[in-house]
Amino acid sequence: MQTVDFQPDIVFAALADATRRDIVLRALHGREGVAEMAEHYPMSFAAVQKHVAVLERAGLVTKERSGRRKVVRTNIEGLRLARGLLDEYEALWRGRIDRMTDLISRSKEVHP
Amino acid sequence: MTVTAVEKDPEALTLVLTAEFDAPPELIWDLWADPRKLERWWGPPTYPATFTAHDLAPGSRVEYHMTGPSGDQPRGYWDIVEVDPPSRLVFQDGFANDDGSPNDEMPRNEVVATIEPIDTGRTRMSIAAHFPSTEAMQMQVSMGMVEGLTEAVGQIDAILAEGAAA
Repeated sequence: MQTVDFQPDIVFAALADATRRDIVLRALHGREGVAEMAEHYPMSFAAVQKHVAVLERAGLVTKERSGRRKVVRTNIEGLRLARGLLDEYEALWRGRIDRMTDLISRSKEVHP
Repeated sequence: MTVTAVEKDPEALTLVLTAEFDAPPELIWDLWADPRKLERWWGPPTYPATFTAHDLAPGSRVEYHMTGPSGDQPRGYWDIVEVDPPSRLVFQDGFANDDGSPNDEMPRNEVVATIEPIDTGRTRMSIAAHFPSTEAMQMQVSMGMVEGLTEAVGQIDAILAEGAAA
């Protein structure tokens, strides 16, 4: 199992492209190689290969041997880390709202 | 938990949190309009905020810093876009340099706070954080964050659940 350092800007830049997001979703199943993937998109094999390479560098997919073929598989751990950052932003606001609620209930105790 | 909904809208590049409070809209507005009250919720307990300029008027710049456990003081600012007490506040939320000037290399996001009565003495507040689509690399970062992950999260969870069951 190969591990890749998680670099948020590279991960999010990789995910900012619609085709690459679609590749990540397809590769969750880990059944298709680059050539089979390329058939789903109105672009050249080389273009799809390039997208896969960007995702590979970001640690979002890996190429794995499956029998005699190489399949593209999503790196769940990479996605989980990326998702964690979005959750952090949500948690930031949840924390603020909790503190607002707290302030409201305290001001009620003072001025019922 | 007072947060009632969290939506991530990939088309509008927006993250919306909705919360309900047992208080009239004027009291909720006051939490934004009174800097001493704002300081009690904007930063987490470990990074309390201090607002050094606070005039909620369109075109005005609100300035604040936070104070970390080791004495570090990250600075931020809001550029106020719209003010309609007690129901609406729109501002650009950004990072500032040590001298207080805006740090243009860091992403800004637009925050729209909407406050509305839903019942006698009850209020709904929604926070919409909007990541604008610009050429800036950091903005692309934000876009990918909102768009890519929303789609993927459901499937990731399903797969993780399968893995746990296997």
